[in-house]
Amino acid sequence: MNRFSGTKLKQVNPHIPKYFVIVLIVSFILLVVCVIVSLVFGSKMVGFDEVIDGLFHPNTTSYDANIVRNRIPRTIFSLLCGVALGVSGALMQSVTRNPLADPSILGVNTGASLFVVIGIAFFNISSANQYIWLALVGAAFTTVIVFGIGSLGRNGATPIKLVLAGTATSAALSSFVTAILIPRSHTMEQFRFWQVGSVGSGSWDSITTFAPFLVTGVLIAILTAPALNAMALGDEAATGLGVRTGILRFASSLGAVLLCGAATALAGPIGFIGLLSTHVMRLVLGPDLRFVIPMSAISGAIILTLSDVAGRLIGSPGELEVGVVTAFIGAPLLITLAIRSKVSSL
Amino acid sequence: MRNNSVTYIMEGRQQRRRRWIIVTSILTALACILCLLMLLLGNTIYPIKDVIRTLTGEQIQGVSFAVNVIRLPRMLAGLFAGFAFGIAGTIFQTLFRNPLANPNVLGITSGSSATAVFCIVILQAGNAVISIASLIAGLITVIVIYGLSGIRGFSIGRLILIGIGVQAMFDALISYLMLVSAEQNLPAALRWLNGSLNGSQMHDLPPLIISVFILVPIIILLTKHLSILELGEQSAISLGVNTDITRMMLILSSVIMIALATSTTGPIAFITFLAGPIAKRLVGAGFSTIIPAGLVGANIVLASDLIGQFAFDVRFPVGVITGIIGAPYLIYLLIRMNQRGEL
Repeated sequence: MNRFSGTKLKQVNPHIPKYFVIVLIVSFILLVVCVIVSLVFGSKMVGFDEVIDGLFHPNTTSYDANIVRNRIPRTIFSLLCGVALGVSGALMQSVTRNPLADPSILGVNTGASLFVVIGIAFFNISSANQYIWLALVGAAFTTVIVFGIGSLGRNGATPIKLVLAGTATSAALSSFVTAILIPRSHTMEQFRFWQVGSVGSGSWDSITTFAPFLVTGVLIAILTAPALNAMALGDEAATGLGVRTGILRFASSLGAVLLCGAATALAGPIGFIGLLSTHVMRLVLGPDLRFVIPMSAISGAIILTLSDVAGRLIGSPGELEVGVVTAFIGAPLLITLAIRSKVSSL
Repeated sequence: MRNNSVTYIMEGRQQRRRRWIIVTSILTALACILCLLMLLLGNTIYPIKDVIRTLTGEQIQGVSFAVNVIRLPRMLAGLFAGFAFGIAGTIFQTLFRNPLANPNVLGITSGSSATAVFCIVILQAGNAVISIASLIAGLITVIVIYGLSGIRGFSIGRLILIGIGVQAMFDALISYLMLVSAEQNLPAALRWLNGSLNGSQMHDLPPLIISVFILVPIIILLTKHLSILELGEQSAISLGVNTDITRMMLILSSVIMIALATSTTGPIAFITFLAGPIAKRLVGAGFSTIIPAGLVGANIVLASDLIGQFAFDVRFPVGVITGIIGAPYLIYLLIRMNQRGEL
């Protein structure tokens, strides 16, 4: 931590945000609720007794208890994905000092998709372990391009420039995805399975594949938070406070890419979680990232899991992809932010 | 001195008029050639003589079916949809004085598509209802995003951001509708999502063709006002243009054309965005780019469809080809705009 921040930083904002304790308690209650809800609801409802049986009595072999056991990895996986996407959104927003940064809006998800498609089509790749590396490279590649385009010219990377660069890059990359997929029906099948799989494909295997990336990313986020706080004051001020902005930017972007790339590789493209969770938390907790980042993680997990349950209920007897649900909740927030922001800051 | 400058201006104007005429004629000629190629090429290549004879009504074994039922509707759909997309796109770009403000980015196309898919999947409505509903939805989308972006002072950036948000919502809605759709409705619904000339049929075309013939003259009449609008709202008002009515009429006609073109070919990627800037570059400043933009649009669609059909082992729908051509241009344009600080 001290590599990024001097002791002076701690005096910048020594107070624990006003509602922090309340938010923390409410979040944990919500977290428990959404775990239960995620175990109970689905194309087949199970009773509360069976949930208890499935969780705590490994000897019960009733049908419903087995359903619950099958839903456990899915629930854990969706919680972890939510954590990853929430933290990654918070990191991206503070690195770019841009309230609209989110992996999906910046096209990073599409970049990951394109690389996965290329892997499936040309290199016969079919396991989650391999998807994850491809998706990471794709996410990193797209991040560099989008930030490169968005920060050209005066004023650096303004929100509108970044969003447009993201949309344009995303449109370009998805044309290539379609062009690769159309002649290859086998790849198309596999890709659709990957893309639609959403958190429903979550298994213990994918959780263990995911874990190292998640831990690394979250650690980076926690370590860089104080220095990112300083950078929110401007690069000059941060440098004055002893922050090496270049290294900091690189480290936190790397964290963001690790998190969203790995989540995309395993769950398919899911949008708007970073935008939603970070904004909700910043609204109640204020700008201090030492609190916003961990709470974005928890709220990301809650939002993603609840969206997944909603998708199962709305789409019953099948299920609606979780990404569709999050887009439907997240897009109005994007619109609200666009309306509320000052013209000069666009 | 005064006379000199007057003749200088007149000469310049004449030069630009000449350039406009030359460019337009070349584009028209190119479109004719591409149309002819669309009729000639296919699994079997028929001689020009036979094609012309079938078009004039003669029955020739094999040729008549291939040309009249498959290739002619495909060609007409591409020609008119490309024309309509090109004109509608350039109108939006001129109205908002920003090349990025096109119906796709602003979510208007998604609004129309989502409504059409809703009508097909949930209401199981007929073609007429679908077209009218999608048209109304397109208009409502324009009004809503325009209204929302004006709440705290209008800015083009705000408009585009809101458009992107609206588009994300409509796309989510479409995904949901496709999920609940019955199997047999999917092909009809898919038509609204992917730009393709495959399976264009003669009886789908009249609404689009008629609307192009009625609306394009109206748009050209309003064009004079449009070039004044380009100077900015204040100058337009002081030059006696009723900006609100002109703007409304222009948006109305472009949304009608977009909705009808989309209902025949689906949203062909990037045509609304590409045609205007290319036409402007060809024609130069000062003269109306409406007709050239329409021709550029038609040329791109026809050429891309030919490429998609014959350049590869697999047949690609036209939307994929225009996407691959258009997206890099979009990125190039963004880079240039950013460097000049226009955003």
